[in-house]
Amino acid sequence: MVDDADLLADRVWRRHNPKQQLIRYGVMLLTLMVVVWAVRDIDIFWPWVWDAPNQISSLGARMWPPDPSRLGEIVDAMIETVHIATLATMLTIFIALPVSYIAAQNTTPNRACLWLGRFILVSSRSVNTIIWALLFVAIFGPGVLAGILAIMFRSVGFIGKLMGEAIEEIDRRPVEAMEATGASKAKVIAYAVVPQVMPAFFAIVILRWDINIRESTVLGLVGAGGIGVILQGSIDTFAWPTVATILIAIIALVLVGEAITGLLRRKVL
Amino acid sequence: MLEISNLIKRYGRDEPVLKGLDLTVEGNSVVSIVGASGAGKSTMLRCINRLVEPTSGSIKLNGTELVTLRHAELRRARRKIGMVFQGFNLIDRLTVMENVLAGRLGYVNLFQAITRRYPAADIERAFVLMERVGIAHYANKRADELSGGERQRVGVVRALMQEPEVLLADEPTASLDPRTSEQIMVLLQSLASELSLPVLINIHNVAQARTYTDRIVGLRHGTMIFDGIPSDFDKDALDAIYGGIEAPEDEPAPPAEEVHDGHA
Repeated sequence: MVDDADLLADRVWRRHNPKQQLIRYGVMLLTLMVVVWAVRDIDIFWPWVWDAPNQISSLGARMWPPDPSRLGEIVDAMIETVHIATLATMLTIFIALPVSYIAAQNTTPNRACLWLGRFILVSSRSVNTIIWALLFVAIFGPGVLAGILAIMFRSVGFIGKLMGEAIEEIDRRPVEAMEATGASKAKVIAYAVVPQVMPAFFAIVILRWDINIRESTVLGLVGAGGIGVILQGSIDTFAWPTVATILIAIIALVLVGEAITGLLRRKVL
Repeated sequence: MLEISNLIKRYGRDEPVLKGLDLTVEGNSVVSIVGASGAGKSTMLRCINRLVEPTSGSIKLNGTELVTLRHAELRRARRKIGMVFQGFNLIDRLTVMENVLAGRLGYVNLFQAITRRYPAADIERAFVLMERVGIAHYANKRADELSGGERQRVGVVRALMQEPEVLLADEPTASLDPRTSEQIMVLLQSLASELSLPVLINIHNVAQARTYTDRIVGLRHGTMIFDGIPSDFDKDALDAIYGGIEAPEDEPAPPAEEVHDGHA
C-alpha cells in the first residue's frame, strides 16, 4: 500500500522538460520586448488619438446623408472595376498555367526552368498590386490598362504558386500508366495531370477573381482605373456625401461578388 | 517472343536490384514471377517497358531491342507492351470509356486525344473488350465509382486497347479481395489464350501462381532461383524464395499463409 503511493509519487509527468520550458519563457519574453520596442519607437502623436472620437463623429456628420446624385457615374465605375478584375483574371490564367507547369518539381523540364518559374512567382508575389499599378501608370499612363496589368502581375504569382502546388500533389500512378501506353509528354499531361488538377484550378481561379474585385476597387487611388478614381477625386474635393455613397457601393459590390463566387464554387466543385 | 538476357539494374551505387537476369517467354504462355518484397520483380517488369531504365543487358520483344530505344521509338515500342498495375492506376475523374480509350494514346494524335475524337474502330474495340470483361454498361461512369475488381478490369481493357504483343501485370490482384483476385487471374489466363498473348504476372500469392499460370519464375535478391512448371514448384523452392531473414530489405510474408490463401 505504502509502496504503491511511493510509486505514484515518483511517476511525475510534465509536458515540457526544463530546457523546453526555458525556451518557451525566452520566446515569450522576446515577443514582449519586440512589442514594447515597436510601441516606443513609432511616433504616435497621442493628442490626435484622444481626439479621434470627435473626428469620427464630425466626419460621420459630414458624410451623412450619402449623396446619390452621381450614382450613375459610380455604377459605371463599379462595372469598370469588375471588368478590370475579370479581364485580368482571365489573362492571368494564360501566363500562370505555363509558369506553374515549369515551377512544379514533378513536371518542370529542367533545373533552369524550375528556377525561372520560381523567380517569376516570387517576384510577382513580393510586389503589392498597388505598387505594380504605380509602375504601370508611370509606363502606360493612367487608365484601365495599367490597372489590368497590375492585377495580372500580382495574380500570376498567386495562381501560379497554388497551381504549381496542386501539380506537385497529384497521384503519380496514372502518369506512370499513361507513359506505359506509349503516350507522348503532352498526352500524358492532358490525361493524367489535367483531370487531377481541375478542381484545384477552378477553386483557385474563383478565389483570385474574388480577391481581384476587391483589389481593383483601390487601383483608382493611383490612377489605374475603376471606382477608386472617383473615390480619390471625391476625397480630394471634400465631397464627403459622395465618398459615403462610394463606400456603400464598394461594400455592396464585394457582397455581391462573395455571393456569386460562393454560388460558382458550389456549382463547379 | 520476349527475350531478356543479362539484365542488370542498379540504383545509384547500391547493390544491384537485378543481377544478370535471363528470361525467355514465348507464345501465349502465362508466366508468374514470385519473390519476396524487394526481390526485384517490379523492377524487372518496369525495365521491359522502360518505366525503369535498365543499367545494362538486353530485352528483345519479337526481335526489337528495347533497351537502346529513345524518344519516339521508345513510345512506339511501348504501345506494344500492355501493363496492368497493382493500384489500377486509373484516372479517377475521367469516365471508364475515357480510361479505356487512353490505351490508344500512343496511336491517336494530340488533337484527337484532347477532344476525345477517337477513330470509330477504337471505340468499337473498346466496347468489344469491355463486353468481354463485363464492364460495358459502366462506359459513362466515372472510374472512381467502380469497385476494386471492376477497376482492375478497366485497367486490363486499357492495356488490351494497345493491341499489345506482351502483357505485364504488376501484382494485379494484391489490392483485391481473394474472390475478386481469383476472377482477375482467370480473366488474365483466358485472355492470354484468346489473344495468344504472352503474359508476365508479378504475384505474391503462390497458390494463385500455381493454379493460373503455366510457368513460375522465382526471384530472390535480383537473381532467378527457380524456373519451371507449377508442379515442380515444391516446398523447397518456396523456402528458397521466401525463407530466411538474412537480408535486411526482405520482409517475407509467411509462406504458409500465402499457400493457404488461395485454396478456395
